[in-house]
Amino acid sequence: MLDCTPKEIKARSGGVINPAKTCQPIGAMYAALGIHSCMPHSHGSQGCCSYHRMHLTRHFRDPVVATTSSFTEGASVFGGVSNLKTSIKNVFEVYNPDVMAVHTTCLSETIGDDLPSIIKSTEIPEGKLVIHANTPSYQGSHITGFSNMTKGMVNYLSTATTEVKKEQVNIIPGFVNPGDMREIKRMMQLMGIKYIMFPDTSGVVDSPITGQYTMFGRGGTRVEDIRDTGNSKLTLALGGYASGDPAIQLERKCKVPAVAIKTPLGVKATDEFLLALRQAFAAEVPYELEEERGQLVDIMVDTHYHFHGKKVAIFGDPDILIALTEFVLSLGMQPLYVLTGTPAGTIGGPVGTFEKEVKSMLEQAGVDGKVKAAGDLFELHQWIKNGPVDLLMGNTYGKYIARAEDIPFVRVGFPILDRSVQPYLPIVGYKGAMRLLEMISNALLDRADRDAADEDFELVM
Amino acid sequence: MAIDEKTLDAILNEYPAKVKRNRKKHIIIRDSAVEHQEIEANTRTIPGIMTNRGCAFAGCKGVVLGPLKDMVHIVHGPIGCAYYSWLTRRNKAKSEDPTQNFLHYCVSTDMQESDIVFGGEKKLARMIDEVVEILGPKAITISATCPVGLIGDDIQQVAKEARKKHGVNITAYNCEGYKGVSQSAGHHIANNGLMENIIGEGDMEDPPIRYTINILGEYNIGGDSWEVERVLKEIGYQVQAVMTGNGSYEDLKNAHVAQLNLVQCHRSINYIASMLETKYGTPWLKVNFIGIKATIESLRNMALYFGDEELINKTEEVITRELEEIEPLLEPYRKICAGKTTFCFVGGSRGHHYQGLYGELGISTVLAGYEFAHRDDYEGREVIPNIKPDADSKNIPDLHVSPDESRYRLKIPQERMEELKTKIPLSYYSGMNVTMAEGSIIVDDLNHYETEEFIKILKPDIFSSGIKDKYIPHKMGIPCKQLHNYDYSGPYAGFRGSVNFARDICMSFTTPAWNFMVPPWKDKPLLEGTVAQCNGAACTVNQAR
Repeated sequence: MLDCTPKEIKARSGGVINPAKTCQPIGAMYAALGIHSCMPHSHGSQGCCSYHRMHLTRHFRDPVVATTSSFTEGASVFGGVSNLKTSIKNVFEVYNPDVMAVHTTCLSETIGDDLPSIIKSTEIPEGKLVIHANTPSYQGSHITGFSNMTKGMVNYLSTATTEVKKEQVNIIPGFVNPGDMREIKRMMQLMGIKYIMFPDTSGVVDSPITGQYTMFGRGGTRVEDIRDTGNSKLTLALGGYASGDPAIQLERKCKVPAVAIKTPLGVKATDEFLLALRQAFAAEVPYELEEERGQLVDIMVDTHYHFHGKKVAIFGDPDILIALTEFVLSLGMQPLYVLTGTPAGTIGGPVGTFEKEVKSMLEQAGVDGKVKAAGDLFELHQWIKNGPVDLLMGNTYGKYIARAEDIPFVRVGFPILDRSVQPYLPIVGYKGAMRLLEMISNALLDRADRDAADEDFELVM
Repeated sequence: MAIDEKTLDAILNEYPAKVKRNRKKHIIIRDSAVEHQEIEANTRTIPGIMTNRGCAFAGCKGVVLGPLKDMVHIVHGPIGCAYYSWLTRRNKAKSEDPTQNFLHYCVSTDMQESDIVFGGEKKLARMIDEVVEILGPKAITISATCPVGLIGDDIQQVAKEARKKHGVNITAYNCEGYKGVSQSAGHHIANNGLMENIIGEGDMEDPPIRYTINILGEYNIGGDSWEVERVLKEIGYQVQAVMTGNGSYEDLKNAHVAQLNLVQCHRSINYIASMLETKYGTPWLKVNFIGIKATIESLRNMALYFGDEELINKTEEVITRELEEIEPLLEPYRKICAGKTTFCFVGGSRGHHYQGLYGELGISTVLAGYEFAHRDDYEGREVIPNIKPDADSKNIPDLHVSPDESRYRLKIPQERMEELKTKIPLSYYSGMNVTMAEGSIIVDDLNHYETEEFIKILKPDIFSSGIKDKYIPHKMGIPCKQLHNYDYSGPYAGFRGSVNFARDICMSFTTPAWNFMVPPWKDKPLLEGTVAQCNGAACTVNQAR
């Protein structure tokens, strides 16, 4: 497995080998699915749309609908104006969504199609909406695409209509699973604070089987709610990379103060999330959540010897990684390598400090680790060859490294293509942390069991 | 329920007028009374209509080049295209030298904005240098994605210079996603490149044995090729090159020595098959190793081509033995499948091939179609001269080859060749339509709306397609078999493959999960009981549980 990867690391500048990121449009498509009754539309060659639908479908194991402008060579030369106009007409007539969310691709960006003027000059059926985001694949990553489409929602929809801001909070959840979005909403309900989560893919890509197929399910944030985000008194951006930019745009456009905090993953980041809410709304954290927190910490204490001191390599998307690094540090583990494919400075983004932020966490904990943005899995593998770890955490692509180096592997992040159920269950909040802890412990203990001599094989661990 | 013209019209009436006019030409109801039923295919997808089609890049790098295991496939472009075509197609490969198997690697120039503005040629050249230095393959391909053609990067020139610099076979493919109308354009581009730059590069002059063959258009999904090769080897054939499942640069460059080329997927590889015939005099035989009868027929046709009694006898011996092995295994599955119906919508050949296997299990195909086929895949190769080139097909250059001066050899005498052509599909494919039942529906580029409507009317027991539409029938309570990737199972080809297929679809028919789809309270009233006669003000309800 991966037998061509040498131990010796040489500097490379020709691109990436085994990427730890993908392109903007898939993130935009995922974000668009989080609007109720929305058809994501890919303005480019039909291969883009096909690839994104395939990958999202494999991860969620649920229908992912989206349409495409199906560029031909002619459109690429003369521009895709008529392709988009035809698409808008056909999408509303045939599929009848409430909203069509158009994102660009490297093709339409390179030829410079002007989406706002195409949309403005197209007849759109009454009561229907077309929004757009520019998502050139040659900038940032899928996380940037998620951020840009969410920003597009703010640009087109969020409106400040009330004199006084409402006692409600906007939550931008970041590029996480519907299971995570549901868990964040559950915590909000327990906190008793009115909220608008956008985008919200729960009920869209985790829909139940009923015997009937409906293209646009119950889920997704309603347009009127996205409009109303302009009247909220606060926006919490969960994860600066995927959510920071739209929150800042909302502040600019509607004067809703934006606060970017970590993805609420692990005990500390979840504490921060609840503290931010408690402070802004003078709402006490209820016993249910305190109890969950106490249970989590109880497990952390009771079983610390399962994971304390273990060396771990983590890769994935920056928001998840920052919080996950913090969490494994709080378990006493040693994150030796933390790598994301997403570049550190997202275009126009508020944060470009991934390496600095993670490094300072490691330094505080006294861990001498490597941290890299815009890295690739080829390099991560070489790091591991030069300094082994006890555990690897990341998306499905990590399984090849795990097998090559015979290290236990915990699947976390996007995409997970070879295991099921995970999009339904959270990794955020105290409950999610408990689940992560179970996965980490099980991976390490299963390995200990596998490797133990008969005389060392234990009943109780 | 069958679909007649009226029902079909009702479905299409939901479309805007222009869409209706277009889609009508892509759908036919099979009627053998009509002398020749024409279908429109390989034309533009309508923007905004939810197609399953992909792009030229997917057809070139993803389908044809990607499975070649000992080559590093560099994707020149922004990151996405390389990422999505990385390990997602299940083209399995095994290598004697694991340091020369690069299928687990995804190599992309990861173009950034500055590369788009100032050009990406230098970055590509650096990537080639690094691949040669760090991975050390014997051959490299470069596939272009959309922006490359637009900004005018000359990847052919970069490849040429790198080839000179490194002494490694490096070829470039201008398969930008916007070319053509589907993956099909990319197949053609890849076929041209392999023919021009790799096949025939080797120095073998003679076949190792008389029965040396190539298998074209077999991608070893789920190990299909291995199952086919197992049987071929037993009969006495030697496979020189498989194009391209588990294929290699090393085998491919000597593909010219084969005495016969088998064509499994006609759509993706017929260009190479024809060019090999012109250049080296090697005929091609349309085979189908999906389904038992089709496999047997293919094996018999091969034996007939070579015409040696010993080979013919050995073929029959192996067929008999294989049948003895699988028939008892299939029996229980046939009982489950009997009388059921299916839709069979796949890419370019499986939409046709799997109908036979379904039929052998007792399942009839009521609707079939291809995602990216041409008219000849539906109507037979005789229509090729009548297909008018359009703006999109003209953009894909035809490669013209001529007989190789030293290597062109007639494999069998002309006279015998003509005689054989009347018996077996030599250099011929009859297409899917003729094999389909009366009244069945043939749809080109079946889209989401039509899928839903046809399912509602025809109510198939199983739907066969790909990942993008897999979970839609599931929501409707209908099992779906992915025939692009076999739902991570396989092999499905050949004798033993048919048992795997039968086992898997029966699993989908009988999984107890379907029984729980409707909650038990859905068809029960909330309150159960008897209402007693009402006497004045007092009215009692006897509630029962």
